[in-house]
Amino acid sequence: MAACALVTVVTTVSIILILAIETVSFFSEVSIIEFLTSTKWTPLFTKKNYGILPLLSGTLLTTAIAIAVALPLGLAIAIYLNEYASASLRAVLKPLLEILAVVPTVVYGFFALMIVTPFLKTFVPELSGFNALSPGIVMGIMILPFISSLSEDALSSVPHTLRQASFGMGANKFQTAFRVVVPAASSGIIVSIILAISRAIGETMIVAIAAGQQPRFTFDPTVPIETITAYIVQVSMGDVPHGSTAYRTIFAAGITLFIFTFILNNISYWIKRKYGAAYE
Amino acid sequence: MVRLMSNVNRLKDKVFRVIGVTSIIFCLLILVIFIAFIIYQGSARLSWEFMISLPSRFAEKSGIYTAWVGTLWVLVLTTLIAFPLGVGAGIYLEEYSPKNWLSKLLEINIANLAGVPSIIYGLLGLEFFVRIMKMGNSILAGSLTLALLILPIIIVSTREAIQAVPGTIREASLALGATKWQTIRNQILPASFGGILTGVILAISRAVGETAPLIVIGALAYVPFVPKGPFDEFTVLPIQIFNWVSRPQHEFIINAAAAIIVLLLITFTMNGIAVYLRNRWQQKISW
Repeated sequence: MAACALVTVVTTVSIILILAIETVSFFSEVSIIEFLTSTKWTPLFTKKNYGILPLLSGTLLTTAIAIAVALPLGLAIAIYLNEYASASLRAVLKPLLEILAVVPTVVYGFFALMIVTPFLKTFVPELSGFNALSPGIVMGIMILPFISSLSEDALSSVPHTLRQASFGMGANKFQTAFRVVVPAASSGIIVSIILAISRAIGETMIVAIAAGQQPRFTFDPTVPIETITAYIVQVSMGDVPHGSTAYRTIFAAGITLFIFTFILNNISYWIKRKYGAAYE
Repeated sequence: MVRLMSNVNRLKDKVFRVIGVTSIIFCLLILVIFIAFIIYQGSARLSWEFMISLPSRFAEKSGIYTAWVGTLWVLVLTTLIAFPLGVGAGIYLEEYSPKNWLSKLLEINIANLAGVPSIIYGLLGLEFFVRIMKMGNSILAGSLTLALLILPIIIVSTREAIQAVPGTIREASLALGATKWQTIRNQILPASFGGILTGVILAISRAVGETAPLIVIGALAYVPFVPKGPFDEFTVLPIQIFNWVSRPQHEFIINAAAAIIVLLLITFTMNGIAVYLRNRWQQKISW
């Protein structure tokens, strides 16, 4: 059974090795300075440029939009469910909201392309058929249950004595929620936000379907862009020969993605470790 | 002045109540709109014909036969690989592993793996299973990749289910002279099985919906035959949907919507079973 547990270690080591080896051979053909500073990414064109910045800006843009949607909604829902709603209402609503997290991402991609983009076009006529705004919003709805569920867990682990003390001082529910409970649960809430960001950065199908496939160094949400993940899908769908520089680009893009999520995951793990057990 | 302050606070309280309720209604409304749209678009296309037709250049003749058979293959193989590995690792970490730096490292490692984007697992599968192990773009390579992807979820839920078994049960069994393995086999596992099963089903339903890693390992959108064994090339429902969504013709979009209905039925059924098991198991065993 120890061998079963070791599989997880082998997995991690293999991921890092494979990404690193292919990336090293990639950088023997492409300068690392170009990779980090060039604002053009055109490995599949005749005139090749290998700047990761356009893919990075696309990834950060869709992630920022997703968080802008998921954070206020998710927090409001978590606070409402935990501090205002009755236990029976909560028992009904929580599983319903979690349905949002089990819908496959390819289905969300369909929604972004077929429903949200046409809907947004009625307000923003200059919106392109592929854009960052619509998949960003849909991604926000997808990651919302992460924030609402995990934050609610954090809020509900705040001991009732704190609430009672606050009510005893004459505070109402709103004051108690925002001045006592939320600060007390802040580490858990921050962890939920970091995990949601990490999830959004790695999300693939929604952006592959609805954001377009045009790497562009911009933060304009109305034009077609491409994220790191969508680029890997684009190359995988075509027939790029194994061992070519174009083939290696997906590993260089992959390691960039991996580094971002790895850092975020470890920060959240560290916060959980350091502050998580405060009320247990 | 004090009265004014308290009025302001009462107002904030009311406003937030409205914001909370509105947020929830907004989210549920979106869910309803999405699902209604899918049913409106796709239900007319759904037929027995659609289920048993091979993919085709013509939207009206296309079906999802290869796709759902592929999904079924992947589901079964992934379960066969991930279930014993994940539960084994969970039991080991909870019952056997000494609490030292190694167990801490394993824990951090599993937490990390759970956060690795699924497409990275695709890159791992592409290099390791498809190229180095020479499995090609086969069902086996896809299932192994997805098994690694859901392994952390199964391990974590196995551990939680085992942790929920009270220590007294364990101690009673040991006091009666049972060995450690007998205690695990006859007491701990039966008592935690409902929880383990719930976690496994949830993990597998996630694997069924995964698209990106399978695209990366080279699962094809167009497979003109039904796979007959684990070494055949394959496609799955999510990839078929992705392929149809990416086409400009409206008829293919209708096909995608119909296929989405089938995919959602599968994932919702699996999640429903998991929730049912969890509730039943919690009711049955109250320590």
